[in-house]
Parts: sequence; structure tokens; C-alpha cells
Amino acid sequence: MTTAAAPRPVSSPKDYASDQEVRWCPGCGDYAILKAVQKTLADLGAARERTVFVSGIGCSSRFPYYVSTYGFHTIHGRAPAVATGIKLANPELDVWVITGDGDGLSIGGNHLLHALRRNVNLQIILFNNEIYGLTKGQYSPTSRRGTRSPSSPQGSVDNPVSPCAFALGAGARFVARAIDTQQPQLVEVLKRAYHHRGASFVEVFQNCVVYNDEVFADFTDKSVAPEMQLHVEHGKPLLFGKDRKRGLRLKPGTLELEAVTVGEGGVTEKDILVHDQTNRTLASLLVSLSPPAFPMVLGVIYCDPAPVYEDEIYAQMGTPVPGLQGADLNALLRQGQTWTVGG
Amino acid sequence: MSPTSTTAPRSPAADGRQVLESVVIRFAGDSGDGMQFAGLQFTLETALAGSDLATFPDYPAEIRAPAGTTYGVSSFQIHFGGTEIRTAGDQVDVLVAMNPAALKVNLQDLRPGGTVVVDVGAFTERNLAKAGFETNPLEDGTLARYQVLKLDISKLTLDAVERFGLGQKESLRCRNMWALGLMLWMYDRDRQATIDWLSKKFAKRPELAQANIAALNAGHAFGETAELGAIARFTVPPAPAEPGLYRTVSGTEALGWGLLAGAKAAGLDRIVFASYPITPASPLLHLLSGLKKYGVVTFQAEDEIAAVTAAIGASYAGALGVTSSSGPGIALKTEALGLAVMAELPLVVINSQRAGPSTGMPTKTDQADLFQAVYGRNADTPLPVLAAATPADCFEVAIEAVRLATKYMTPVILLSDGYLANAAEPWLIPDVETLPRFPVRFRTEVDGFHPYQRDPETLARPWAVPGTPGLEHRIGGIEKDYDTGHISYDPENHHRMTKARAAKIAGIANDIPLQRVSIGEDRGRMAVVGWGSTYGPIRQAVEQVRRQGYAVSQIHLRYLNPFPRNLGELLRRFEQILVPEMNNGQLVQMLRSAYLVPAEGLNRITGKPFKVAEIVEAIKERLGSR
Repeated sequence: MTTAAAPRPVSSPKDYASDQEVRWCPGCGDYAILKAVQKTLADLGAARERTVFVSGIGCSSRFPYYVSTYGFHTIHGRAPAVATGIKLANPELDVWVITGDGDGLSIGGNHLLHALRRNVNLQIILFNNEIYGLTKGQYSPTSRRGTRSPSSPQGSVDNPVSPCAFALGAGARFVARAIDTQQPQLVEVLKRAYHHRGASFVEVFQNCVVYNDEVFADFTDKSVAPEMQLHVEHGKPLLFGKDRKRGLRLKPGTLELEAVTVGEGGVTEKDILVHDQTNRTLASLLVSLSPPAFPMVLGVIYCDPAPVYEDEIYAQMGTPVPGLQGADLNALLRQGQTWTVGG
Repeated sequence: MSPTSTTAPRSPAADGRQVLESVVIRFAGDSGDGMQFAGLQFTLETALAGSDLATFPDYPAEIRAPAGTTYGVSSFQIHFGGTEIRTAGDQVDVLVAMNPAALKVNLQDLRPGGTVVVDVGAFTERNLAKAGFETNPLEDGTLARYQVLKLDISKLTLDAVERFGLGQKESLRCRNMWALGLMLWMYDRDRQATIDWLSKKFAKRPELAQANIAALNAGHAFGETAELGAIARFTVPPAPAEPGLYRTVSGTEALGWGLLAGAKAAGLDRIVFASYPITPASPLLHLLSGLKKYGVVTFQAEDEIAAVTAAIGASYAGALGVTSSSGPGIALKTEALGLAVMAELPLVVINSQRAGPSTGMPTKTDQADLFQAVYGRNADTPLPVLAAATPADCFEVAIEAVRLATKYMTPVILLSDGYLANAAEPWLIPDVETLPRFPVRFRTEVDGFHPYQRDPETLARPWAVPGTPGLEHRIGGIEKDYDTGHISYDPENHHRMTKARAAKIAGIANDIPLQRVSIGEDRGRMAVVGWGSTYGPIRQAVEQVRRQGYAVSQIHLRYLNPFPRNLGELLRRFEQILVPEMNNGQLVQMLRSAYLVPAEGLNRITGKPFKVAEIVEAIKERLGSR
């Protein structure tokens, strides 16, 4: 018998690539996200043996096969529940959940809701491409009204769900957004998610080149990006635009945000809201904004740590954490009324 | 709680009481009348007196059905005696009816000549009407065939507790203890364990404890002083039993404790028990939620699917994942069971069966989920299926389920039922430290590892848990290559893997005991074959017909998939095979299809356990003369 291997030192994104050939469509946004995650793991120096990627079903859920850590490709929608079980068995593991808009918000919406509200210490990355890819292009729960697809030839009439609004509504304590191809920002958001204790929810806008190409072009295209993206930073004013003259302020007399230009109509920099990542109300307003009237808000929109589920479960078990091997089961079986029959 | 131990029991009939071999008592009242409490305390006092016993709690699905209605009647039956007791009893010897509805629902089960104790204080016109009586059964001759004790238990209770200054409603809630006190006197049982229990239960409201104890004592004193005559003064001797330390145990307790003992024997430190509330499985969730200090993590999941998938995740991470439900919930877990079969992870799945389909009769027992357990998944998805026979048997079966799950890296379904979950019996407490151990071996060697590398003997894949350096790997529901463990869509590989999964489960037949005959010879005119909680009634029926000279044997199956490897050969030695089941014919069909034997079903789907007489009659009908 050979002995267990020592952890290998790792440093490069390549060290987090598995030996499996990646099988997404050429040009799929998933490639960019995979690269960003591998870079994040390398930058963090994540221990491969302690890292687990858990996924459900769908294009995004093939992700774990391509990472050289532990990986569990489960069943449709259930990854948050499987991940919860993993954390309950071993809270020391670092668990990432990879899901999509169909997997996480349609068939698995219930599990996502409960993983978030329980605040299990997971990084949940939802690849949103507003379409069902693996089943060949049906509209998804995030598809905009009127989406034409094989199952909605006249256009869908379902109202879409906003992933980040859903997460906030579920009680998530960390909500962030990023774009598949903007690697520096995506890596930064993933690192923040990793360092946040509790459930961190990251929506990644992911382009499906085959069934929903350019669905996010109204804010991701390079020609409009500066005007249509607002990258938030805690403590910094909510400014955007090429020369950072555009900003968000509270519309006077309402509970709504308004996009304004500094220096126009009497607007000064003082009117612009300053981002407070612990302000849930502000977060709710920010995630509700969408082009063309507003820029898409990106980055860490909400971050306000709270007690972690598995920490509290283990605290109830006692200190030090008890285990069955040391348990006196004979005493347990003899609790209460017993009687002796003589020999 | 400190263990208390008393030495049983007194010599029978010391004070001239009539000695009975066994008795069946049923306490019946409104679902809010505390009949379950009265029954459980009678059970405890009877166990402490050394009698063997079996119980059958029967209660409605409604938590507090409208008072006085027939559908709100809750009952608790106990069969106890100085000989081996196998069932809760076909017929009731003594019926305690706290109101007209309880009388109406339960009278049919009272044997002719039996005793009925009624609280006449509850036989008001209003209550009679609610129960659907047009005339008062206490006066119209309905009870002519029985011995009747008409007592105003309501008034006697009010008198007994008057000095504690409770309101009328709270005072009347002590009626169950008054009735219990009387029954304890009638059958020569002690009261001390009940007094201790009441003191503890109402520790925060001592006046309630005192009132209940006063009612209990008053019922007892009433028996002592009132001239009740010969119908009410008995004793039941202790049953012969193996020497040792005993307790009463319900199926739920035995299952929960068996899971802990099994996981400990497997060398595991942690159980993750994930469950969603459902009748009649929830008591197991409650029990285990109280055992956190032993290393049990309980997870009340958002739904049945989350419960099973969290348990799968826990097993993946190196704990023993366990999930528990009843039929409808197991149906929801089906897809995930396929994942556990495909990912080849240990998992224990407990089904406390109830009468169905759909919502069916949630609080009533059934054993109709056998097909679901053995066959109820998409594709070729075999897994082992075990069934417990008695409340105490749940302990051993739970340990066996853990052994098979961990040794063969497979989900195991353990079939219990609503009857076993709630019923109780005396139990010779085992020494957990001396139980056989079957330690798991987590894979740590890196050389030559792949996740689907099979053990040549068991065909199990290695259990390689996250946290182990060098064994990082990916598994999931997609078909894997037999030789590398990577994803594979190769047609021949799928054939090979399907066969390998089937062979792994079929091979368990070589690792379980040969099927034995429970009673009787290993050949003869008839084998009565059962599984699950029908064990008691079948056993008693077979014993009865054997005493009458019939060459009948009992065969009871713990292993339903795979079957013990000698089962077919054993069955073929009998001229006839009768299979009593609380379903419409499931095991009978499996036996016929597996062994081409002329097995015949005896099927009752009433939500209640078989009556011994039903089985006796079926045996005699088929065998005719001896």
C-alpha cells in the first residue's frame, strides 16, 4: 500500500484544468468563465483536494469535469441541496455551486432559495444566458417577454425572473454580477465571493452563441459598454460613462433611482448616491435597473455577512464537535425506564 | 435522565386475583383525550411488571378533529401476557370508551362477553347525536352481549382534582389518568413509573402534575373500594424471558439507534440525516434531532428531493447520508436514487410505509411500496431492499442497511411501516460495544486510482472523499467508462457498466444469511411467506394451526432484493405457498416471477395489521383436513 500523497503546490491556472477535453460550443461564454475561475483559484492558491465543484444539469453544469479539483455533476436543479449536504458532512471543504438560469431558477428554484436563506457557506455561480442551451434553445425563466424559441414560436408571454432580485428576496447576504468575457472584473467578483463567509450569489451574464447570441449586447458590446455598465465599489459614488459624468441619484420625492449627468440641470457630484454594499434597499434598487434607460449594475452589489448555517448547526452539537466513535451508545440505549430479568 | 432499573416482578395471584394468560385492552377516546398517553403509560407499567406485550396506536390524520365525532377517535391497543406476544391482538377483551363516538367506532372489535368501560358522563344527548346514535347504546340493548362498567368518569375525575383549582376543561383533561388508574388496578400493575413521568412532564406546572396524579390514584382507589365483582380483578403473570436488562422500544427508536450503532460499527464519525416532515416518518426526524451530541447532524430539508440529495452530498463527503420518508416522499426521491446508484455512493433510505396511493390514509399502515422499492426507478437501477419485521428488529435491520450501503457503495432501501414506527415491545438491550464491526476503508492511495475501479470481490468502487490529496476526481450521473471512470457514451461500455451495477447488487446474496424457516420444518404442505410487519400475525397463525396438526411452516424475509440464494430451492419443498401481504399482491408476484413457484396471495388492504384469524382461516381453507 502506498501512502497518501502530500498536497501539491499549485500556482498557475493550468494547474486547475482537468485532463478532460472541454466540450462546449466554439465561442461559448462558458470558456471565458472557466478561465476566470481557474485564474481565481490560482490567485487564491486554493487547495485542490479541499475544493469541490457541484453542478446540476445543463451546459454550465458540465463545468466540474473541466476543473482539476473534486467535482460532482448531480441532477437537474439539485446542486444547492447536494452542496448543503457536503457542507454539513464536512464544513472544512470549499464548495462552489455551478448552475444556470434553467437549472437554478426553474427546476431548482426551490433549492436555490433555501440555500441562500439558510446562508450555507457556498459560492453559487449562476450562468445566465436567458435560454435553455442543452435542450436546444427553449426560452428560460430569465428570457425576456417575447423571446421566440422552439417552444414559443409566437414569442414567450412569461414574465422573466431577475436572478439578483430573487437572491435578495431569498435573503442572500452576498449578491454580485459580472460578465463572462470581462475577466478582471469577473475574477475580482469571484474572489470576493470566495472570501465572503456564507452563501455568495454571483450572476454571470453568459453569451450563448448558438441559441441566444448577443442577447446582452445592449450593455456588453464594447461600443456601448462604458455608457451601459456601472461597476459599483463600496464607498464610491455610483458613477458611470466614458468620462464618469453620468451617475445615479434618488429621484426627488420618490423611492426610485434616476440616471443623471453631473453638471447638467443643476446636478452636482454631491447628488450622486454613494454605494453602500451593506444597504439592502439600495441593492434592491440597483438590481432592478436595466438597459436602455439605465446602465447594468455590475460588481459586488450587496455584501453584509451574517451567521453561517453549518457553523450554527455544529455549534448546537457541542464543543468539541462530538463524533460517533466516541459516543456512549450503551448509555443512550439504557436511558429511561429499564428492568432486569433475573438469570 | 438517569437510568432507573427495577427488578420484576411479583408472584402472580398473590392476593387471590384471577390469573389470565393474556389480555387485550383498548383505550379509545377523542384525539384530544390523551388516549395515546394513557396507552403508553399502561405499556410501561406492564413491561415493568415483566409481561410480554405488543401495542397498536391508531389515531386520525386530523390533529384535533371536531370533538365527539367518529372520525376524531384515537385509540391505543395493548396485548400483554405471560407467554410470547406476537401481535397487538385480533379482538379486544376490554374496551375503555371515553365517549359515544369511541364506543361506536371500536365496539365491533370487542369480543362477545368482553368488558366495556364507559364514561357515562360523556354520554350526553349532544355527544350521542354527534356519534350518530339515535338511541342511547347504554340503554337500548346494544351492549347486551358484553359486560358493561358504567362509570361517571367525568364526575369522579372532577371530584378527585377539585382541590387543585383548575378550570373545568383542564380538570376534565385528567380523565385519561383516572381511566388509566382503574385499568392499572384491574390488571394488578404498579403506578410509580406513571407518577414519575407526570411529575417530570408537568414540572413547570406542578398543580397539573398533582391533579393528574390525584386522578390516577382516584381511579386506582375506585377499583380497590367499589364492588366491581369478578369482571374486574385479574393479574397477568410475567412472561418467560432471557435474563438481562430490558426496556420497551418502538420501531422508531430502534431504527434511529440502529443507524447510530451501524455508523459506529462502520467506523464513521458522522451521520447526516436529511428529511422532510411526513406522516408516519417524522418521529424518526424528531428522535435523531435530539441526538446531536452523539455526532448526528439532522437537516430538515425544504422538500423530499433536497433531503435525499443532501444525504447523497453528505455521503459523497464521507459521512453516512440517511434520508427517511413515506411512500409519496420516496416517489419524489426517485430520480436522486438513480444518481446514488450511478455515482455508487452509500445511502440509507427509510420508507415508513402508509396506506396509499397519493395521500391515501396517512396515519394508517400498509406494505404496498415493495414494488416501488425494488423496481420504482427509471432504467436498470438495482439497489438492495430490506424490511424490518418487528419494532425491535428495526435495530438490527438498520445496522444491516448501513453495512450493505458502505460495503457495496450503494443506496439501500429499508422498509418499515406506520405500524412498526409507532408500535412498541420489550427489548433485551444489546451491548453496542460487542456488536460486529465492519469498518469502511476510505481510499487514500493515489497510485492507479480511478473512481470506478471495482473491488474484485464486492464490485464496489472506492470511497474517495473530498479532502484526500491526490484523489481529486469528477463523478456524476453521466455514464462512466469502466476502465477509466471518465464520461463515456460508448454503447458496449454502457452494456458492461449496466451489467456490473446489476452484478454488484446480485452478489450481495452471497453476503447475507441463507433463508431460514422461522417455525416449522423446511418442507411440508404449506409455507406461509411474509415480509415486514406481518411477521407477528403470521407467526401466531402458523403456531396455532401447527398445534392443530397442520404441516405448515413460516418463512419470513428480511432481504427482498436480492433474495437469499437458497430461497427458490426452499420454497420448492412446499406443496403450497401462501403469501399474506397488506397490499394487493406484490411479494407474491416477485416470488412467482423469480422462482416459477405456485405462490398464492392473501391480501388485505385495510390500513390495519392482519388479524391472526384471517390468516388461520386462509391456511385451513387451502389445506382442508389435516
